[in-house]
Amino acid sequence: MIALLIRDLRLAIRAGGGFGLGLAFFLILAVLVPLGVGPQPAVLAAIAPGVLWVGALLACLLSLDRIFALDWEDGSLDLLATAPIPLEAVVTIKALAHWITTGLPLVLAAPVLGVLLNLSADAFGWLVLSLLVGTPALSVIGTFGAALTVGLKRGGLLLSLLVLPLYIPTLVFGAELVSRGAAGLTTQTALLLLAGITAGAVAILPFASAAVIRINLR
Amino acid sequence: MSSFWEYANPRKFMRTTNWLLPLVAAASVVVTATGLIWGFFFTPDDFRQGSTVKIIFLHVPAALMAINAWIMMLVASLVWVVRRHHVSALAAKAAAPVGLVMTLIALFTGAVWGQPMWGTWWAWDPRLTSFLILFLFYLGYIALWAAIDDPDTGADLTAVLCLVGTVFALLSRYAAFFWSQGLHQGASLSLQPGTRVDWAYKAPLYVSMSGFVLIFVALVLAGTRTEIRARRMKALVARERMA
Repeated sequence: MIALLIRDLRLAIRAGGGFGLGLAFFLILAVLVPLGVGPQPAVLAAIAPGVLWVGALLACLLSLDRIFALDWEDGSLDLLATAPIPLEAVVTIKALAHWITTGLPLVLAAPVLGVLLNLSADAFGWLVLSLLVGTPALSVIGTFGAALTVGLKRGGLLLSLLVLPLYIPTLVFGAELVSRGAAGLTTQTALLLLAGITAGAVAILPFASAAVIRINLR
Repeated sequence: MSSFWEYANPRKFMRTTNWLLPLVAAASVVVTATGLIWGFFFTPDDFRQGSTVKIIFLHVPAALMAINAWIMMLVASLVWVVRRHHVSALAAKAAAPVGLVMTLIALFTGAVWGQPMWGTWWAWDPRLTSFLILFLFYLGYIALWAAIDDPDTGADLTAVLCLVGTVFALLSRYAAFFWSQGLHQGASLSLQPGTRVDWAYKAPLYVSMSGFVLIFVALVLAGTRTEIRARRMKALVARERMA
């Protein structure tokens, strides 16, 4: 399993696997939004939590189709499916590799972009915490979407259509956590619900993803 | 003793729906027309809402069927996953566009009613938002069916999507209620006594709701029959090619 994780990470970083692409997208979004809505600090501060969360979500979405596409094309997915480790574990490792190459950089970059968007000073900790807790759910849900569309030509757009509605609860609770943190309100409920979604998704969705991959490999 | 599962046999299903479908279709037209005409022309105007209240006879049944269509798809998907009855998978496929249109009708009539009453076509109210999200789920489900060539793979994948989607649709609903305070009124109908809707409105509303249920059943039966015929045609073409 660790070997698979290291292999996926190497592929993502070396072979033009889109490492950093999501990050660059996130940066561009954070630059474009103030250009679009105007530079008033109050307006930016009000929309910053939502923009940062939507940006993180779209950046995650960008690299989803790479999770299985290359392995599907060169047949290594068949080998992984017949390997001695269960397919559920393979899927979890794939999601973890996606999170390390996409989610984690977003978490680390978010405070810097928060400065660009005039995020209130109280909210930086909550922003990092919410992304840290929430982005694993994005990766796991996205892996499920990627597994659904793995056999399709031009599955990218369909993948977005399938995955974006599934992202809604995570987005709502994540952005709500940050804006409540920014307003100095109590954040416990949102944090617990967000953590609950992540824990539930991590616990259950790998089974769905593995089932879907078995169907696609039939 | 005949059992419900006999209809998993496409021939039995086709034979029964052959005479059942026209009956259900005719009944749906009659009942819906009765409900709507009664509702639109023979109910008093509300003392505050005027005649706009009458859109309830379209709005509530459509919203009801939008949710029930998804529940029916969920049950049909489960039946497919557990018992591998093709008719069940095809019925789920046939129900999706109907549910999509019901969702659209509910959203549209809601907007038309909301404009004079709330002063806005659209508000990010939890109920409205969850319906919009339901609309997106229907879109994704239909798009996935359309994208896959192999029918069995398509049935399997969409069934899994339906199961997972149900969980996330419910989560989204609660997330929406957490995220915004509502403008939409509570449920119009409830089983509890001390009801808020007068019988003058309730009776035609129930008729109209039954009419929408019948419309849904008729459309799903028709859609399933079409799918079965398409499947048979494909099999015939394949046999021709083999020969």
